[in-house]
Amino acid sequence: MDFSFTEEQNLLRNSVQKFVQNGYGFDARRAIIKSETGWKRENWATFAELGLLAAPFTEDQGGLGGGPIETMIIMEEFGRGLVVEPFLGTVVLGGGFLRHGANKAQQEKYIPEIIEGKRVLAFAFAEPQGRYNLADLAVTAKKSGAGYTLNGHKAVVIGAPWADTLIVTARTAGGQRDAKGVSVFIVDKKTKGISCRDYPTVDGLRASEITFENVAVGADALIGEADNGLPLVERVVDEGIAALSAEAIGSMKVLNDMTVEYCKTRKQFGVPIGKFQVLQHRMVDMFMNYEQSVSITYMVTLKLNEDAAERRKAASAAKVQIGKAGRFIGQQAVQLHGGMGMTDELAVGHYFKRLTMIDTMFGNVDHHLKRYSEAA
Amino acid sequence: MHISFTPADEAFRQEVRQFIADCYPKELKGRSRGEFSTKEDFLAWHKILFKQGWVAPSWPKQYGGTGWTSTQKYIFGEECAAADTPATLPFGLAMVGPVIYTFGNEEQKAEHLPKILSGERWWCQGYSEPGAGSDLASLKTTAVRDGDHYVVNGQKTWTTLAQYADWIFCLVRTNPGAKQQEGISFLLIDMKTPGVSVRPIITMDGAHEINEVFLDNVRVPMKNLIGKENEGWTYAKFLLGHERAGIAGVARSKRGVERLKQLAAAEPNGEGQKLIEDQMYARAITELEVDLLALEYTELRTLANESKGGHGPEASILKIRGTDIQQRLTELTMEAVAYYGNPYRPFAHDKATNEYVPGPDYSHGASQNYFLTRRTSIYGGSNEIQRNIIAKMVLGL
Repeated sequence: MDFSFTEEQNLLRNSVQKFVQNGYGFDARRAIIKSETGWKRENWATFAELGLLAAPFTEDQGGLGGGPIETMIIMEEFGRGLVVEPFLGTVVLGGGFLRHGANKAQQEKYIPEIIEGKRVLAFAFAEPQGRYNLADLAVTAKKSGAGYTLNGHKAVVIGAPWADTLIVTARTAGGQRDAKGVSVFIVDKKTKGISCRDYPTVDGLRASEITFENVAVGADALIGEADNGLPLVERVVDEGIAALSAEAIGSMKVLNDMTVEYCKTRKQFGVPIGKFQVLQHRMVDMFMNYEQSVSITYMVTLKLNEDAAERRKAASAAKVQIGKAGRFIGQQAVQLHGGMGMTDELAVGHYFKRLTMIDTMFGNVDHHLKRYSEAA
Repeated sequence: MHISFTPADEAFRQEVRQFIADCYPKELKGRSRGEFSTKEDFLAWHKILFKQGWVAPSWPKQYGGTGWTSTQKYIFGEECAAADTPATLPFGLAMVGPVIYTFGNEEQKAEHLPKILSGERWWCQGYSEPGAGSDLASLKTTAVRDGDHYVVNGQKTWTTLAQYADWIFCLVRTNPGAKQQEGISFLLIDMKTPGVSVRPIITMDGAHEINEVFLDNVRVPMKNLIGKENEGWTYAKFLLGHERAGIAGVARSKRGVERLKQLAAAEPNGEGQKLIEDQMYARAITELEVDLLALEYTELRTLANESKGGHGPEASILKIRGTDIQQRLTELTMEAVAYYGNPYRPFAHDKATNEYVPGPDYSHGASQNYFLTRRTSIYGGSNEIQRNIIAKMVLGL
């Protein structure tokens, strides 16, 4: 048993840390999220230069041959800086579909452009009626000649305003919630019949409502097996959950450090408020929540390549722990900062908002408690 | 001991219900405070109540109160909440008003009380300072006598809706040499006085409700001093007791639970049913409802005691549990709307980054309400401070 990182992994962490420290201070981030586009292209080019966009792809594919641990390291450091650029959507999720589901032609078409920073992806899976059920799909893809025709509405597609290409889940057969009959497509966002309404999200990202109206795609748009896409979707989403867990522990650590520091310096009743035992115990609980979250993030990261049943349990366990801890740490960081914690001027609220939205992404605590107990 | 309503109470309930049905403007219905963008929006309902003579049920009748029994006040609050009327703002009616009619002189009563009732004079609260939050008595804003004026210097913060205020009631230090609580006075200041300036503070949900207020050589006539110089702490604590009891918002939360149930009955659960049929979610709502029921009876007990005299430290229970319930309500609402908690709902003061907000109407601003409601366990004396009060004043620890 060994929980230490290799030298290469430490170097990777250092380079991401350096990027966040130099290019992603609180004011720099604010300028980015308030800008018209809401992200910074130059940062994306930097990610390409640093090799971050190549990390999880094999050397054959032009990548660096990294695995879940490398993704975890990158996401954790991004979580420390509240980085908004769509690494999750493009490399973890988009890249995940390409690595685990795509044929060689599709991989050769898309992966090099991702690695070079020339193609950004977003994952369109949620629908207004579907809540957290990945198989509840009213978006349809009907066989039409050699290809398919897509129709329907995808909701809250995070990062879609920045994306060139969408990964879309759609129903090709069966009833609206059947496990069988789910297929995955890769579609250029400019394809005729796709319309997007873009908007900002509460945690500083951008998202779109996307309507597909008789969108014709070729047979080469199908990723993996027709009608049998759900296991692929689940696998990639579980990898997404592991990545989000890593991002979350990065954010939790910053919140805990900021809170401890604030309580050491903020004086009321003639003493630093950190001298009050009730606040000390609160911060100890925040610390324990963080440590438990780190542990579960390592656990899920190490189990991503195990069989589906084991992986599913690990991902749901992680999402439960991260959701609960994120909420506790976020709420208490605000509480202990008092009025200051409520302001937009201080970073605390921004980390709290991101942790809150991470809880929602891919299913909240209740959803994953159920999924875990069903898998156990 | 009984909890039943008399036929007279029931008749009163009908009267209130009819009044609301007749007089509550349709265009205000369902609009939350976050959607108000003008002073007129905030005051519309206040002015209707004033016209009816019902704007200050908690005031003594001689100063413009209604003379209602505790039961009638409770019924009135319930009916207003059930009809989703906007809450009247507390700064004049629930805070400085009671201080003025309890500790002010006749001239002050005549000058201020009618204008608080009519809504023509908007008040804000000058208590907290950057260095004086939980430890309010450590405040540093000074008032130094100069002829028949005080010259006030300092900074107040977290001042809710100061951008609309005509007057501010301030705690100021008049005797820097005395022990903390003993050198404080309670001053009324016209916001138009030279030297008063207001700077907005944006909260994390994007709203502009709170402000910093700067006081720079502000000359305040001595006749604006409430009660005696250096005895302001007594009046301040009296006000805090009122504030605490008012924050519980039981009737509003009851209506909130009802709305949450409707929302959960409309929201799909991804399994072909509605969210309300999800056992975990239903359990969370039920727990909230039971907690609220207990709080309702705690509030009724407090009200019954109050008619025998004053707010006790028990008001802290109402503040802690009431705000906890408000926070859980917004949390469950945000949870109910799942991914539609993501979109940002812009405010009037935003430079309209987006007019478009997707998702069902009830999802709009759901997570922003959750973020903003985190303040309730901080303001009005943080819930940690409330527990200290109970420990000290009730348990004698």
